[in-house]
Order: sequence, then structure tokens, then C-alpha cells
Amino acid sequence: MEEIRKSGDERETIPDRDAAEDLAVAFEEREATALPTGAGFDTATTLNQRRWRIFKRHRRGYVSLWLFLVLFTVTLFAEFIANDRPLLVSYKGELLVPVLVDYPEEKFGGFLARTDYRDPFIRDEIEQNGWMIWPPIRYDYRAVNTSPPTPLPSAPSWMFTKEKRCSLMPEGVDDPSCTIWNWNWLGTDDQGRDVLARVIYGFRISILFGLVLTAASSVIGIAAGAVQGYFGGWTDLLFQRFIEIWTSVPSLYIILILSAVFTPNFFLLLGILLAFSWVSLVGVVRAEFLRARNFEYVTAARALGVGSLTIMWRHLLPNAMVATLTFLPFIMNGSISTLTSLDFLGFGLPPGSPSLGELLAQGKNNIQAPWLGISGFIVISLMLSLLIFIGEAVRDAFDPRKTFV
Amino acid sequence: MTAPLLQIEDLSVAFHQEGRTALAVDKVSFGIEKGETLAVVGESGSGKSVTALSCVRLLPYPAASHPSGRILFKGRDMLQLPPKELQKIRGNDITMIFQEPMTSLNPLHRVEKQVGEILRRHRGLSDKAARARTLELLDAVGIRDPESRLASYPHQLSGGQRQRVMIAMALANEPDLLIADEPTTALDVTVQAQILALLKDIQERMGMAMMFITHDLGIVRKIADRVVVMTEGKVVETGATERVFTAPEHPYTRHLLAAEPTGSAPVADPNAPIVVETKDLKVWFPVKRGLLRRTVDHIKAVDGIDLEVRRGETLGVVGESGSGKTTLGFAILRLIQSEGRIVFMGDAIDQTSWSKMRPLRSKMQIVFQDPYGSLSPRMAVGEIIAEGLKIHSRMSAAEREEAVVRALTEVGLDPATRSRYPHEFSGGQRQRIAIARALVLEPDFIMLDEPTSALDRSVQAQVVDLLRAVQKRRNLTFLFISHDLQVVRALANEVIVMRSGKVVERGHTKDIFETPQTDYTRALMAAALYHEQAPAGVVAD
Repeated sequence: MEEIRKSGDERETIPDRDAAEDLAVAFEEREATALPTGAGFDTATTLNQRRWRIFKRHRRGYVSLWLFLVLFTVTLFAEFIANDRPLLVSYKGELLVPVLVDYPEEKFGGFLARTDYRDPFIRDEIEQNGWMIWPPIRYDYRAVNTSPPTPLPSAPSWMFTKEKRCSLMPEGVDDPSCTIWNWNWLGTDDQGRDVLARVIYGFRISILFGLVLTAASSVIGIAAGAVQGYFGGWTDLLFQRFIEIWTSVPSLYIILILSAVFTPNFFLLLGILLAFSWVSLVGVVRAEFLRARNFEYVTAARALGVGSLTIMWRHLLPNAMVATLTFLPFIMNGSISTLTSLDFLGFGLPPGSPSLGELLAQGKNNIQAPWLGISGFIVISLMLSLLIFIGEAVRDAFDPRKTFV
Repeated sequence: MTAPLLQIEDLSVAFHQEGRTALAVDKVSFGIEKGETLAVVGESGSGKSVTALSCVRLLPYPAASHPSGRILFKGRDMLQLPPKELQKIRGNDITMIFQEPMTSLNPLHRVEKQVGEILRRHRGLSDKAARARTLELLDAVGIRDPESRLASYPHQLSGGQRQRVMIAMALANEPDLLIADEPTTALDVTVQAQILALLKDIQERMGMAMMFITHDLGIVRKIADRVVVMTEGKVVETGATERVFTAPEHPYTRHLLAAEPTGSAPVADPNAPIVVETKDLKVWFPVKRGLLRRTVDHIKAVDGIDLEVRRGETLGVVGESGSGKTTLGFAILRLIQSEGRIVFMGDAIDQTSWSKMRPLRSKMQIVFQDPYGSLSPRMAVGEIIAEGLKIHSRMSAAEREEAVVRALTEVGLDPATRSRYPHEFSGGQRQRIAIARALVLEPDFIMLDEPTSALDRSVQAQVVDLLRAVQKRRNLTFLFISHDLQVVRALANEVIVMRSGKVVERGHTKDIFETPQTDYTRALMAAALYHEQAPAGVVAD
């Protein structure tokens, strides 16, 4: 018989037959281990492996993920890529790391509290007594090009001849600063700051802000949704009505009023936006918990005497995580757009912060300087598109109906 | 001999998923004559449904494909027909009835529209003519008062009525071939018997052929002229029903036929201490109406049940769906609110609070019907079984591991599988895991809520044997809830028959099965054991 032959194979996988002598069912009577199930699919791979495979098959999302990860990792180290301070300085036999440590200018014979390494005097002093290693872009988001070729905002350096580019430098074309390292690859803004450096720092702060806001609102949203879905009844009813009222509060006005009263900073903005963004996940998580709390394995857990918190954490949350993960890239996109729009309106991050929204605002105010608007537009749309593509691929990967691909 | 109505030749069906190919049906050949009933029998996963769906090309193409074979219907190859032609045949010459009457009707359409649509589509009947024909059909499938049922939505019909509407839809265009895919599996036994009688009757009247797919050999014997036995995608035996049942040739057929649960419960000690006792147990769900949500009525799911179960004994609770048997079990375990006295191991627990119940929970356990739903899909089997231990015992991780291994061995599973996830196991194996989860806490009392209903017959018999062996070894007390009377007969010492929340009859298993006292019990027995239709008025439809 088919089945018995299979059980025979199974027998060999049990190492110790004596230990198994207390079996209720003889080996010969056991059910076959692998009866084909309906369509006969191989179920040996775990769910997550299958999802990863589907995700990888989604070429656009997969490429976007790598591109995004590369950009994010690179910008995380923005200080080592675009900085007005050298990475490493050897001065009178001493190795200094200005990128990490603030050295007073006295050390080099100046008088400022924070050394300006771009200053010709300091530069010459160090060059004569040692050497400097600069990052590829010698500006950070605040550093100002003190000798721009044109009135500010100044166009990208590659649009000028060498003579024009260095016309304001003390020694003109022969000035030691007249090198490719001092180029403004994407021009400067209306305060002479390097656009490329600001874009790199702005990308980082946008992503970080988005990540922190998404993580925080997910934690709150999942917790709130879980409580409502699991307990249901009055808890659910009251909480839902509260959320309805809360979401009907015009959040933009609240943010504008609050930013007028307090000086906005990263964490204040985060707090205000969080107060309104946590509701986005509540509905999904609540629905998942409502659905799953009547599953038999939850009843089974209750019959085992498992406590409510443990049931929610161990049995229900994994169900809700699928829906949540699917939403995360889109929530993150929303968070970033909100921050950018606030910055654009001038109610966002404090003045001077490297912000993409502020770059767009400058572009709007300086139509004659298209490099501002175009740089801002390309970076923002690239960032948001990458996230959307990743989000689409994640959604497909978690789609249980994607069995037949 | 003329060519049969439907001839399947060398049919194979393959499914592709992520670069892999699985062969679900492997070179199957059989034919159906005009006016004949052919039963396709096999356990789940044998490829019987896939074969049937191939006949009308309803598989999820292109994930499914046919590496070989032809399906000739009236001489035309169904696998080569253009979609337009195929649509003309589907629902007109070949129709299907599916297993789940709940989901095969559109919940948003009235009965009139559901049935009428087919008539209008294939026959081009006017609304009025379609309505008249619909009435005729509903009458033919035995729906009482069809006129008023026309305006009903599916949710207003009972399961049996829904299946009758499905049959009416299938018969609407007087098909030559009706494919019935487990049409009675989801129904209560008494309704099952009615539907079978109806199908047989209509088939004889209309002279159509029927392909009847089932795993239930009792039904096959009752209804089929010929039988095709399938396993693992292959046909292993074909023949006249009588011949296959009396002289099966293939070992698998013999194995199937021998797979009925047999034996009877070990004799219980009538003086053993009482483990569970209830007095006038009631579970009433309030029906609230009006603006102030006043309680106007109650749904009496469990209505005044007295019972007692002694140590080492099995009390079987039988009844049709909706009779309140599962609710009764949940109430005894205090998983839902109830009124009336519940005594467990000598202590009244009907007033005990939820948190005070928690330490008691290790002594009373539950095994559910659906082995797919009752195991958390994201926990490894070892974690699932150890979960209760974490709460109720102070074992170290190593001791827990040991207990899990012991429990898995006891239910006949390889302990090395404990790091795997539930979806890697078959239905019967999952049910063993669920039993292991209950056993590992060393309970005194286990409520078994239809633990065998979702399993194949041969697997059922194994699970019944397992339960009996475990009970004997540990002197366990079972409350065994089931609508499957054969399984109850094999396991229970005493039986109570429930209907609408009340006890209709109670007694020793032998007495209930051999000399039932009430009409209802007799009807239930006839339907369950012999697929006989009950006399009118005894059971609902």
C-alpha cells in the first residue's frame, strides 16, 4: 500500500525506537507524511523565503531597494563626503581629525573658536607645516562660498570658464583655492551655500525624520489598533469615536499655530506630526485583530489560560504585521512629504537646516536660478519614487493571493 | 458500443509555482455514459477535484497546464475549444455544483436573479418567462413555497435550501452532464440524505449523466453506478459500484474500504468519581431591538442541560449544526458566559472569575475541529505545544523541551519535527499536534469539538484509535462533540442527542444506536449510517 510504504521511510528518521515504544499508534498505521495537498505545492520553504523571492522577482522594487539603501548609507556619512573641514590633518607632526573634533583656531595661529579651514591663512599655515585630506566636496550645508563668480545665487561651477570661476579669488586663476574641489557642482543658493552639500544633508534628514516618525506612529498606531480590535465592545466604540473627532481636527492649522508659538526644531516637529499621524495604521491593525481574535488558535490559547497581553503579542500581532509592513513605505512617504511641505511654507525645521522643502522655496523665489528648483525636484521625486516602488514590491510580496506567479 | 458522453483520455494536470512544477493529475482516463452516475472517490489531494475542474477548464490557467491528454465531450476536445465555444457549454451542457453552498451563491443577489440569470444568458428568456421557469425549477428541487423564496437573499436560506438553489441553477438548462463536487459534505447528515435523494430523483427524471466527486464511500454506494478510485493523481481502480465494494482489486481501494472507524469505547467504571457535572446549564444570547436596544427575546443556544461525566468516560454529544453542542462545550470550559451550575472535580466553577480560572485551565483542555485554524501559523510546533507549559508549570526550558518531545511521541509524531511550522503538516498530523498540545498539560478533562470532521476517513480512524489509546493510558475524561455518528459510536460510552439547545435523548451508546426512542434520533441514525431520507416533518430542511 502506498501509505504504508511512506511510513516505512518515516521510521528511519526516528533515531531511537525504544524511546518511542510508548506510541499510541503503531508505525505501520501512521498516516503518510506528505500527502499532496490539493494542488500539490511544495510547502517546505518558509513563508518569508517565498516573500523574499516574490520581492526579488519584482525587478523595479528590488533595484529601488538597493538604490535607496546605497543612497541612504552614503548620506548617513554626509560629514565625510561634504564638509568644510578636512578629514585628516597633519600639523607640526600631530595627527588631527577635524571632521570629528572641534579644534580652536589658536592651534593654528588664528582667533576663532571653531577653525575655518577654508580660510586662506589657516590653509597656508597647515599646508606649510604638514598636509590635509579633504572630503570630495569642500562645503557642508552651512559653508558659504565666499568668492562666488556671480551675484548669489550662483550657477553651477561647470557653467563658467576657469577665469570667470576664480575671478573673485585674491590671486585669481593662480589662487590655490581655484581647484575642482571648490566647485559648486549644483551651484549655490541665495546665501552662497553649496546646493549639492545641502541636498546630501537634506536627503539624510528627510529620511531620518521619515523613519523616526514612521516607527513612532507605527508603535502607537499598532498598540491602539490592537487594544481596540482585541477588546472590542465599548473600548472599541469610544476609541473609534475619539479617532473620528481627532482626525477631523485640521492638523495643518494646528502645526502652523504651534510653529508660530514655539521655535520649531526636529523633535517638536516630530511630536506635532506624530500626534496626527499615528491614526493611519489604527484601522488596519484593528481590523486584523477583530478578524483574528475569533480564530480557533486564539480560542485555543485562551483555553490554555494564556493572558490577553501574551495572546495579542504572540498570536495576533504577527497577523497584523503583514498589513502593517505593507503600509510602512507609504506612511514613510507621507511623513517625508509633510515635512517637505512644512519646510516649503517656512514652518518646518529651524532656519539654516539643510531641508529639501526650503530648497524648493528658494527655487520658487529665484526663478532665474533654475538649478535650485531642478535639484530639489529631482532629489525629492527620486526619493519618493524609490520608496513607492519598494512599497509596491513589498505589497506584492505579502499578497497571499500571489500563489500563482 | 457508442462513444461515451464524456471521455477523459490520458489527462494530466500540472501546476507551476515559482519555477517548480507539481503534477496533480497523472495520465487519468475514464468515461461517463449518457444517463450514468459515476463517482470519483479519493482522499483529499488525490486530484479528483482538479480532474473535474479540467473538464470545463476552470483551473487557474496559466499556472495550471495540461501536459497530456484529451477531454472529449460529445466528440469535441474541451481542452482545445476556443473560449467562446467553451462558455456555451459551461452552464448549458455541463454544469457544476460545489461543496460550499455558503460561498457559491452571490450574497447580494436574490434567488430569482441568481437562477434567472442563467436562463436569460443561455436561453435568452424574457424576464417573465425566466421567472416562470425559475419557479418550476425551485419546485422541482423541493423548495417549499417557492413563490415567496424568489425574493430571498442567500443568507435567509438554510444550508440545505442553498444547496437546493445551487442544484436548481445547475439544472436550469437541462444539462447533459452534472458535475457535483462534494455537494453534501458541508451539510448536516439529515439534509445530506435529502439532497442525495433529490439528485438521484432528478437525474432519473431528466436522464442526465452525473459525475459525483466525494470522499464518502457511504454516499458512493448509495448513489453511483460506477466508481473511479483515485489516489495521488492516478486512477487505481474503475468498476461497477457493487463489484468495487464487494471485491476491490487494488490495495488502496481495500485500504479505503477498511478505513471506517471501528470498535467501541472501553467499558467505564460506573463508580468512578464525577469529573464534570452541570445542572440546568443555559446559554442564552439576547436579541436586542429598537432604539434603546432592549432585550426582546433570547436565542436559546443551550437550554437547561444536565449532564455528568465520570473519570475515564467519554460522553458523546451529537446533533446537527446549530443544535448548541459546541456552545455547551464552551460553556463547560467557561469560555463563554452561561447560567446554571458547573462542577469540575468537585468544585463549582460557574462563578469563578476569568483570572481565577487560569490555574484550572491546565486541567481542562480542548481540541478543535479545524486542524488548520487551531494552530497558530507563525509558531513552530514545539512552541505551540510548550505554550501552556510556560504558563502553568515552573519547568526549565530543557524540561519543557523534554515534555514536548514526550507529547509528540505519544501522539505518534516524530519529535524531530518540533521545529517545523504547522503548514508543513497534513490535516491528520496537525490534529495530532493539537492533541499533543492538550496532553502536554496532563489534563483530567478534554473537550473534543468535532476533532475528526475535517479529516479523511482513513485518517479519522487513526485519530479515533489514538484518542482511545490515550484515554485508556491516562484515564482521561472526554466530552466528545460530533455530528459524525460512526465516530461517536467508536468512542463514546454515553451519548446525548441535542436539538435546539435541548436534550432529545440520552443513554448508553449501544442503546441509542440500536434502539433509539425518539423519531428525531431515528431519523439522524438513518441519515448518518445509511443515507436514508427521513419521513417528512421530523427534520428541518
